[in-house]
Amino acid sequence: MLFLEQLLNGVQLGMMLFLMAAGLTLIFGIMHLINLAHGSLYMVGAYVTATVSLASGSFALGLVGGCLAAAACGVLIEMLAMRHLYHRDHLDQVLATFGIILTANEATKMIFGPQALFLNPPAWLSATVNILPETPYPAYRLFVIAAGIVVALFLRHVITHTRIGMLIRAGATHREMVTALGFNISLLFTLVFALGAALAGLAGGLAGPLLAIEVGMGEQILILTFVVIIIGGIGSVKGALVAGLLVGIVDTLSRAFLPTVLKTTLPAASADALAGSVSSMAIYILMAVVLVVRPQGLYHAYGT
Amino acid sequence: MRHRLISVSLFLCLAVLPPIAYALDDPFWITIATRMLIYGLAAMSLDFILGYGAMVSFGHAAFFGLGAYVVGVLTHHQFYDEIIPFLPFDWTGSVSAVVQWPLAMLVAGLIALVIGALSLRTQGVYFIMITLAFAQMLYFFMIGLPDYGGEDGLNLWTRSEIWGLDLSDSSQFYYVVLVLVGCWFLLSSRMVKSRFGRVLIGCQQNEPRMQTLGYPVTRYKLTAFVISAMGTGLAGALAANQNEFVSPSLMAWTTSGELMVMVILGGMGTLLGPLLGAFLLLSLEEVLAGWTEHWMVILGPILVLSVLFARGGLYRFLAGKRDAK
Repeated sequence: MLFLEQLLNGVQLGMMLFLMAAGLTLIFGIMHLINLAHGSLYMVGAYVTATVSLASGSFALGLVGGCLAAAACGVLIEMLAMRHLYHRDHLDQVLATFGIILTANEATKMIFGPQALFLNPPAWLSATVNILPETPYPAYRLFVIAAGIVVALFLRHVITHTRIGMLIRAGATHREMVTALGFNISLLFTLVFALGAALAGLAGGLAGPLLAIEVGMGEQILILTFVVIIIGGIGSVKGALVAGLLVGIVDTLSRAFLPTVLKTTLPAASADALAGSVSSMAIYILMAVVLVVRPQGLYHAYGT
Repeated sequence: MRHRLISVSLFLCLAVLPPIAYALDDPFWITIATRMLIYGLAAMSLDFILGYGAMVSFGHAAFFGLGAYVVGVLTHHQFYDEIIPFLPFDWTGSVSAVVQWPLAMLVAGLIALVIGALSLRTQGVYFIMITLAFAQMLYFFMIGLPDYGGEDGLNLWTRSEIWGLDLSDSSQFYYVVLVLVGCWFLLSSRMVKSRFGRVLIGCQQNEPRMQTLGYPVTRYKLTAFVISAMGTGLAGALAANQNEFVSPSLMAWTTSGELMVMVILGGMGTLLGPLLGAFLLLSLEEVLAGWTEHWMVILGPILVLSVLFARGGLYRFLAGKRDAK
């Protein structure tokens, strides 16, 4: 039963990673832009969600506020800086977004103070649910999983069945042709950026009741998100979902069960120490294995 | 000719810095300058692959940290007279610089060989993310190792020892660092001008063409990656000596970012530029930190603006745009 709980925890982490990776992978697939500041948008989402929820007493309102604030910040960043970087090489993009991270982290520290914020799940989600007879599981985590599924279905619908989705797909593979046909590609880029930012803000808002809301939280998840994108393949939303779940489950299960497994062969003290180190490396080992087998990721969507 | 003028005058200025600092009764400058030189060495090594091989490594902090940890672990075991547990033979470490520093380079190089062999299967933005991820992996590995201090890091009880020198004296240590930086600069600029360096530059400009000409492109790039990591490892070993402390924060991803910023500010593909870039960034940090507690909120926009508008870097500004490289 413990296994089932940990598996669900893994799926929940995977859904958070999917929300982050879907936006980042779309931004990369379409604009060929590597955006380190995606983690900062996640942080903005978390802080605004927590502040609005605490002030208004409504978590749902907080989530909406977090998404909107992150989207607004995303549009601002896009118009001020990113727009001038689309045609530069990746190195310039990395450095400029690195500068944005430093600014965002310090500005957050100035506005909200250096101490972490904590947020409780809303009353209607703070109970536990019996997933199996006599196996309680926090309802909030199930809610996060459900939110991830809803977003995945929504993105699938948008990308495959709407006009905007068609433009997104066309813009990713034949950018010049889309421009030549008279579509405002720069508006499309801003829109995609805002969508990605809103998803990052949603992930941050959802993370609020699970983690401490603090400066630097964005970078932790950003690097996990990179691992997800590398495994899933750049530009592929489906890859982001599959790889997100894979990374979430592998990470959670290895942290939960590696000490027990190692204790069967090693003395307890060194097993604990080794398991701590190895389990934090597990997803990177997974990434290395995927790279050896499929250097372009599981679902390679567009050209690099 | 302006290159030689700039490099000679730069190293001359650096050589006379300690006496001037003592004359001005400000020996603290020597410590700051040593730190700048050490970071400059790491940035110069990064430039070797960034500026000449078009490999954007976002994980060089890992090699910096590994070099530092080699010194840290060897000194730790020597001090407590303990056998290093993970080696197949019995050795209680050493505090001799002649042993520690080459070993730091060797370890950084070997790990780079593995990371590079995996990462070079990809290119472009994948390469950036993968090198970052591997560096992060080593960072978490070090945090998870309680034997060597884990997150709190490891105190060194003494600096490395070289026969006839006293490295705990700040100006003697400074000159040792300066000589090493000078040697690494000469070595790197010779390598860039050699056949090996030309092939590397060829790969940067047009990799398929080099491949078609029959060059084993990946092998060349991997060699450059390893050399670059070795220089960074040496810088890490020196940093461990200067701080007399090593911790996983040396390997944090922000260190990798800072090294890249130094390369860009100074001028990519100029070797000496990154050294200037290290001086520029660290003094900017020093000045802003003295000014306000929230200095990063000023530094961040400066970085963004310099990426957007100041292309080419400080070195090209000094040497004249066309003259550079």
